Amino acid sequence: MPKFESMNHLEEYRGRLLSSRNPQEPQVLVCGGPGCLPVGSEEVAAAFQAELKQRGLNGKVVLKESGCQGLCAKAVKVMFRPQEIAYQQVTAEDVPEIVEETLVKGKIIDKFCYQDPDDGSVKAYKSKVPFYQGQRLIVLGKMDLIDPTSLDDYLAAGGYQALQKVFDGMSPEAVIDAVERSGLRGRGGGGFPTGRKWRLCRQAPGDIKYLICNGDEGDPGAFMDRAVMEGDPHAVLEGMIIGAYAIGAIQGYIYVRHEYPLAVKRLALAIDQARDAGLLGADLLGSGFSFDVKISKGAGAFVCGEETALIASMEGDIGEPHPRPPYPAVAGLWGKPTVINNVETWANIPAIMSHGPEWYAAIGTENSKGTKVFSLVGAVNHTGLVEVPMGTTLRQMVYDLGGGIRGGGEFKAVQTGGPSGGCIPKQFLDLPVDYDSLQSVGSIMGSGGMIVMDETSCMVDVARYFLSFLHDESCGKCTPCREGTKHLLEILTEITNGNGTEEHIPLMEELCDAMAAASLCGLGQSAVNPVLSTLKYFREEYEAHIREKKCPALVCRPLLKYTVDPETCTGCLACVRECPADAIHGEAAEPHLIDQELCVKCGMCHAVCKFDAVKVES
Amino acid sequence: MKNDSVSLTIDGKPVQAPAGTTLLLAAKDNGIDIPTLCYHPELKPEGHCRLCVVEIGAAPSTRLVNSCTYPVEPGLVVQTASAKVLASRRMVLELLMAQAPAAEIIKQMAADLGVIETRFTKGDPAARCILCGQCVRTCREVAGVSAISMAFRTPKKRVATPFKEESEACIGCGSCVFICPTGTIAYTEKDGIRTVWGRKFELQPCAKCGNYIGPKAQLEHWAKLTGDPVESFYTCKDCR
Repeated sequence: MPKFESMNHLEEYRGRLLSSRNPQEPQVLVCGGPGCLPVGSEEVAAAFQAELKQRGLNGKVVLKESGCQGLCAKAVKVMFRPQEIAYQQVTAEDVPEIVEETLVKGKIIDKFCYQDPDDGSVKAYKSKVPFYQGQRLIVLGKMDLIDPTSLDDYLAAGGYQALQKVFDGMSPEAVIDAVERSGLRGRGGGGFPTGRKWRLCRQAPGDIKYLICNGDEGDPGAFMDRAVMEGDPHAVLEGMIIGAYAIGAIQGYIYVRHEYPLAVKRLALAIDQARDAGLLGADLLGSGFSFDVKISKGAGAFVCGEETALIASMEGDIGEPHPRPPYPAVAGLWGKPTVINNVETWANIPAIMSHGPEWYAAIGTENSKGTKVFSLVGAVNHTGLVEVPMGTTLRQMVYDLGGGIRGGGEFKAVQTGGPSGGCIPKQFLDLPVDYDSLQSVGSIMGSGGMIVMDETSCMVDVARYFLSFLHDESCGKCTPCREGTKHLLEILTEITNGNGTEEHIPLMEELCDAMAAASLCGLGQSAVNPVLSTLKYFREEYEAHIREKKCPALVCRPLLKYTVDPETCTGCLACVRECPADAIHGEAAEPHLIDQELCVKCGMCHAVCKFDAVKVES
Repeated sequence: MKNDSVSLTIDGKPVQAPAGTTLLLAAKDNGIDIPTLCYHPELKPEGHCRLCVVEIGAAPSTRLVNSCTYPVEPGLVVQTASAKVLASRRMVLELLMAQAPAAEIIKQMAADLGVIETRFTKGDPAARCILCGQCVRTCREVAGVSAISMAFRTPKKRVATPFKEESEACIGCGSCVFICPTGTIAYTEKDGIRTVWGRKFELQPCAKCGNYIGPKAQLEHWAKLTGDPVESFYTCKDCR
């Protein structure tokens, strides 16, 4: 890889690169995304390498480890190009068969393809799989196309063309205008218009300006930014370079949590590659503009995703938020004007510059433009990473992309926006997913967590779970959040333990109002959403816990009662043996009996009974 | 810029305030008192306690901001005692009453707003600390030694020396004890020894009157700051 002296130089190199590559050459891309990696994608890739070598196919088939290919529920995913055949649930043991049948003989093996649960039809091609059909891939577009460790791959896929376009006659103001016209809003959760933020920073007085990429994704179950940083790191860098040019920043930082070691490694590699290629450093591509990027590792506090806390952490101070104003765009890192945008926001920039703001603004709804990446998790059949146009309905997300509720159950609620999002009930399934609609029903876009729940979830317990996370992650600086999350958690725990009182609901509502209004940062202000939304839409569940001491979803253990149906019990002793509290009495072939005084309600008897003789009720 | 003045409305009254000042000070200058806990005029305001919140903006899009840090803005409409402000303030005090049941000042301030008892489960009956951070800021900004800081997150958050060990940086000046609004920080003086943050400090008697001036460590700190010999501080201010 040469050091590009000019834009022409880069274009010449790209031309040579493309002409040296045969687009019809068979390629195997093994997904190395967050869902596939722990299931053994490295072993699968190694097996392909060994098998290809053994068969002398080394030079004929290109093997790559790609970023996240979505549909994480079906890990390990393997993509065959140029046909775009998507295999799923591949193990290392399957590889010899796949090489023989699919690569050598060109035959599709049905068992590795998605099968329609309704008619059993086999969907071998990515474009036919329902999970991908409702998606619009902009940020995730190169995930199953490139090797994230190869700058050549990024260049061959059109990478850094947006930067060339910017340098080729666009003024910084014109770039900001374009971002503003695109309608892009911050993907980290706040939804602040990106162009406006850039303009504020550009207009702020001062020669030294900074730019930060916020990669401190910390929501339970969310891995959108991780997947982008690991799977397409140059897109993030390219977006940052364009942003730096627009606001006049000299130095950029990527703040990543240390729990994302692969993201750190891939980003560090991409930064080195970009520097060596003259895409970072002094006088980029001979444009006269200089900019460099460093990685700043966070220690993993959820609150450090809040921009002022993130800056404090980067400065070596305690990761606590600070009151705004001053806003970072005016006085941020080291007191200098600073733009902070989330990973996904930066990764959108190259596409917006390449295709134009009007193209981008044509996607989405009136006030929410473009696409949004979600980690669709929970009680759906097809969990995974999805990117959909803003305005896609919850129903489409759950039933079309998500393939419906797992195990044929009933949809109960979906929580959007991470732990501090609200739980949205069934009557809003046709709600379009955009910033304003989500807010109108008491939830938030957040950074794109989407947790689907079925009727086996107790909404009081769900609220308690999220409050326990938020309580642990509250930095404790301001009173409403520190003490408020503590007492909300305490009250919710009391209710799930069957000790709730009539006073608890109004007290929580009053406390939530004060927390939302008076907390210092977004963490405390939004921590009330799981409580308020469940109180609003699932109030009868709270009342059942408080008044009748019942948990309708049969989740809250202290409110459950396990009994053995003497008619069904065969006296097999399985529950007697497994009961950790020795609470079950019985002889072989005699119906067993649970001693309610001793029962700890762990549910083990219910789980081990093969005859469905253990009944649980509340 | 310094001479610029800003026109805004506080509690329905048009007021003028110097540009760059805070809503808290602008209100105070106009005879409107806003209760505070973590604010101190000599320290950088940080907005910990949220007691000083005020409501800004015009209905229906109003919001609460802490007046100790929020700067005056031209045309801003501020309410320092709206229903929303008072509800929030009462809730903050109710929460603090549960957190620090032994803090007398909290009980008084709560009573002033009509809150006699907290509805939340009280913590340690002897607890006084409300984590306002005045001690930490005093140690950093006034004493200039940063011997103590906030440590941990909730629910373990507390003010502590590094690793909760005797701090080498501490000069035993006692500024933290002096500034603490709730009397939390343990401090004793006996037989020429001051004990604070678990460390014992030998006190220096005045070369003339024999009264204790302060800890030797503090006088050494002064000597280092000024470049004067430490002995030059061995006379108390009354005998100088």
